[in-house]
Amino acid sequence: MTPAVSIRTHMKALIQRDLRVAMRQRSDLLNPIIFLLVVVTLFPLGVGPEMNMLARIAPGVIWVSALLSALLGLERLFRDDFRDGALEQMLLMPLAVEWAVLAKIAVHWLLTAVPLLVLAPLLALLLNLPGEAWGALWLSLLLGTPVLSSIGAVGVALTVSLNKGGALLSLLLLPLLIPLLIFATAAVETAANGLSPAGPLALMGAITVLAVVLSPYAVHAALRVSVN
Amino acid sequence: MWRWLHPYAKPEATYRLNQKLLPWFAVPGILLLVIGMVWALLFAPADYQQGESYRIIFVHVPAAFWSMGFYMGMAIAALSAVVWQIRTAEWAILAIAPIGAVLTFISLFTGAVWGKPMWGTWWEWDARLTAQLILFFLYLGVLALYAAFEDERTGAKAAGILTLIGTVNIPIIHYSVYWWNTLHQQSTISKAITRLEKPSMAPEMLWPLVVCIFAFMLVASALVLLRLNNEILKREVRRPWAQAELLEEKH
Repeated sequence: MTPAVSIRTHMKALIQRDLRVAMRQRSDLLNPIIFLLVVVTLFPLGVGPEMNMLARIAPGVIWVSALLSALLGLERLFRDDFRDGALEQMLLMPLAVEWAVLAKIAVHWLLTAVPLLVLAPLLALLLNLPGEAWGALWLSLLLGTPVLSSIGAVGVALTVSLNKGGALLSLLLLPLLIPLLIFATAAVETAANGLSPAGPLALMGAITVLAVVLSPYAVHAALRVSVN
Repeated sequence: MWRWLHPYAKPEATYRLNQKLLPWFAVPGILLLVIGMVWALLFAPADYQQGESYRIIFVHVPAAFWSMGFYMGMAIAALSAVVWQIRTAEWAILAIAPIGAVLTFISLFTGAVWGKPMWGTWWEWDARLTAQLILFFLYLGVLALYAAFEDERTGAKAAGILTLIGTVNIPIIHYSVYWWNTLHQQSTISKAITRLEKPSMAPEMLWPLVVCIFAFMLVASALVLLRLNNEILKREVRRPWAQAELLEEKH
């Protein structure tokens, strides 16, 4: 029996719905971005405004701030749907749950990563990142943010039924995201030194493909545990 | 294999098997540990470069070796728990996790103590140290996730899923950290096994080390069995067989 509604229609409806819900709570979208800007501002204040040093630590600072701000807005991915019961309906849909999860991850990426990509040149400017490295920074963010969204989705799915998920979520996710941080900063640093960042970027691409393809299955298993 | 394994989904059967296995791990384990430690600390020759302080290796290497080994054990338990929904496997995850975390901590601590006289620093952001630290965080994450749930069954399942995700990620973390920075020496023993080279360690030092590695495995496994049995008794305390078991132990 073929399903009455195709996968594409389902995904489109889900994505539209999630986007509409997000647009009605704009402050939720803005806060992580403002947080990112504030954290990046703190570093020159903390370590001193010496331009050479800032240029050297810029890749790490931008990436660590991106990781932290990604964690901040992550809970929104499933929490509201869990509370009002929409998540249970999602699990009951006549559609593989993995597709629905993928739609959710895509929306989360659109809402968190795209502003970050837009802001990236500003951050690079603030921290005096050498011009040669801007492209690598942007590419590393482009390749790395889907991993943040998809691995993050697994963490949120595991902790969604808990009321005190925040700190726990970072404890679970940050160790898993370390490879991403290492390759991303390596890519930006090699580019800043005038070398080709292709190697680390290729590895990041591999991690991205792996994470995006596998995480919906893990999210599904985790949601089955969280939603009884 | 399935027919051989599935009786152990029943807590009682696992409990009995553990009781039977326990002396086989505990007795040789403690014996080997005493032999290995005495041999290593008193009779093995001192290193010509590092003097006496190299003897930390006899605790450091076994702990580091099994901190990863027990994670694999935990992952196998997690796989059985997630795929076949076996309750005893869920408890096995919880039995192994603290032991693994302690082993990881021992390896980190002895490494720091050893690093001070040899490298002149307690901590170095080196690949192996960092990877081990991340492994420690993963163990802590599994324990914390389990503890966060009020319903123990749900907590164990969530911890199992996290363990499996960690298993996928461990090789990635391992190699990423390796390419990032390396100061720690390569493993002497695995080099000898994988490339069939003559081990670069003197046999008088190598043999006590091998004994210590086995001793750690046996003792830690015995502790896991004990923890697992405690867990089973705790959960099944209202069942007749557990009551009978407890009464028997009292007498």
